[in-house]
Amino acid sequence: MAVAKKKTTKKKNTAGKVVKRGTVKVVKDKYVPSGSFHVAIPNTPIFDEKGKLCGVTNPRDMTYMHSYGGEAPFFDALAKGVLLGTKCVNPDCEFKGSIYLPYRIHCPDCLSKMKKVTLTGLVKKTARVHTFMITERTGAFNTLKKPIKFINIEFDGVCTILMSYLSVGEPEIGMRVVPIFRTKNPTYTITDLSWVPLGTPKSKLPAGFTF
Amino acid sequence: MIKFSKEQLKIPEMSRPVYLVTVGESEFRRAFPHKRTEELCVDAMQMAAELIDMSPAELKRYIHTCYYGHFADHFGDQLLGESVIHDRLGLDPLGNIGVKTGGATGGSTMWEAVKAVASGYSDCALALGWERMDEVPTDEGNHLISCAADKDWETPLGHIYTGYYAVMAQKYWQVFGKSEDSFRRTMAEIAVKNHGYACYNPFAQAPMKITVEDVLKSPVVAYPLRALDCCLMSVGASCCIVADEKTARKMTDKPLRIYVGAGSHTLRPADRRDMDIPLLPNETPSQYKDLGERFPGGDRYPGFTGFLAARMAAYYAYGMAGVTDPCEDLDMVELHDAFTISDIQTYEDIGIRPYGEGRDYVESGDCYHTNPNTGKPGRLPANLSGGLIGCMHAVGATGLMQISECALHIWNKHAEIHGDPKRWKAYGKKKPKDWQDLTVRNCKRTLAISHAGVGSHVTATILVDPDHLLKKSGKKKKKASSKRKGGKK
Ligand SMILES: [Zn+2]
Repeated sequence: MAVAKKKTTKKKNTAGKVVKRGTVKVVKDKYVPSGSFHVAIPNTPIFDEKGKLCGVTNPRDMTYMHSYGGEAPFFDALAKGVLLGTKCVNPDCEFKGSIYLPYRIHCPDCLSKMKKVTLTGLVKKTARVHTFMITERTGAFNTLKKPIKFINIEFDGVCTILMSYLSVGEPEIGMRVVPIFRTKNPTYTITDLSWVPLGTPKSKLPAGFTF
Repeated sequence: MIKFSKEQLKIPEMSRPVYLVTVGESEFRRAFPHKRTEELCVDAMQMAAELIDMSPAELKRYIHTCYYGHFADHFGDQLLGESVIHDRLGLDPLGNIGVKTGGATGGSTMWEAVKAVASGYSDCALALGWERMDEVPTDEGNHLISCAADKDWETPLGHIYTGYYAVMAQKYWQVFGKSEDSFRRTMAEIAVKNHGYACYNPFAQAPMKITVEDVLKSPVVAYPLRALDCCLMSVGASCCIVADEKTARKMTDKPLRIYVGAGSHTLRPADRRDMDIPLLPNETPSQYKDLGERFPGGDRYPGFTGFLAARMAAYYAYGMAGVTDPCEDLDMVELHDAFTISDIQTYEDIGIRPYGEGRDYVESGDCYHTNPNTGKPGRLPANLSGGLIGCMHAVGATGLMQISECALHIWNKHAEIHGDPKRWKAYGKKKPKDWQDLTVRNCKRTLAISHAGVGSHVTATILVDPDHLLKKSGKKKKKASSKRKGGKK
């Protein structure tokens, strides 16, 4: 006897499951998303201990599409093991020649577009810990290993102090550090840049990172 | 900007004097599962009406424009939450606007309302602020707060805002605190004081009788900061109503002159370039020459140890009110004690003590209601409300709560409001048997500092009893000076 094959469809209750997220391309200057970008999860009621209704949960689960704009070269370069900063080259600027890291697109004084400068060599020679903090506490969505060792790094000839994190050893004010880059499977975020004490052997670097 | 023009250093002028008429607060708690935000806002408005013997309807008749301080929309999943509150307070169709400057939101909201009256646009304006941070789990809340940092350069680093400030605390601790046990204990005393004062404040969230040892034994959050060094996360509302002189006198017998100054500094501390220290009126060009020698590592200004935004807010507000020395001219202050160590940093930024010497404000006993060293009234009591550590930090409401608490001292209503057993009962609390009256006697001038996170925005609000003005008009010009530090490369 022939039977109609019953199609088994898994009930789509996505709560608590890892959902493969959509990806985005830019085509003709427009975002083109494909795949799943949000998950609709039903709300649930909130009662107090006496059974009185107080409210409801409102689950929200979504993905943003964010443009790095003119800072994109900085994040792209990290994946290639290069640290970029910018320099004001406007001859009329009162503070011309100032070098910025964090990479900023425009000079904060004269607003002229600044010049990209490769700082990898300079920072390898001069990076020092200005201050630091070790914390076990993180917020939701954190991807860094705990405890996080925040370090703020000063460089000769750079007028700003970069925030990042130390991947090997214990931070101290004044300590010499060198940059490492996540060149394998880069995330294209600021977490692709990290630091280790000067003299750290290659074998000690976290997975995916190179000097 | 690291150099200022004469135009930028102009002491702000107001076209006409502005007066604080009345204030209100709700109770503050970690969570209000049984209350909507507007219920808390109505509580604050009702207190404001009662304080000047009006019904809420009578009070509302004077209000012409409305300024709402509410920082974190994303916590409530409700954009234009200001419109919800505006409707529920029955203030449509008056013009209203939302104000957001992180932890300084309350102070900035006051700033806007004061300017509306000063300009003549409105004769009476409402500044009302609230925050509700109880509607997401704590780790998601930490992520949402970290969105107030730079989302490309800081937020991905742990999604934890306290970490972005904690590096500043570390620098101050090592450079100006010299990592000394005695400095660590001074930090702890601030927590003991503020939790202690909260015991006598019915609005407060965290009354605690603790010791320095308790603070030092509390869990490490980010060394040297421990759990009891940190401010609260709160829900609640506060309001302040301002008016021009004629309207103010119709509404109450004792309106207070109000001045607000505001400053800012880069959202990322990373971007703060070395610069000269802008001086306050009680400072001299020579006094910081050897700062880097006395405190090795302390020669970069503001570096990670000072808040330029606070200094600028104080500079503008002192100039407006005619304050030349905060310890001489002011009678009490409410400071933004987000952390015990940031409280000490602020003493220096606003000139209560010179840079490097903030700890002395606590150690001298000056910051207490009653100086523990002498038994006499403290020279400039700070945070008698309990501050952010003992009373609350419901972000959009905080700056307005501080102004409200300051005003109650000048009006001599502090004991009446804080000591009313009915208020304690209404909040489900018992008035403590050892309740203390923390009123500052003969209080004529006060200062409230409202401050955002790592110091991106700061406001300074000065209230003055109009019979004790330091200067008649806001037009007296003050010379701004700035000096070159010694020991610079
Ligand atoms: Zn320039």
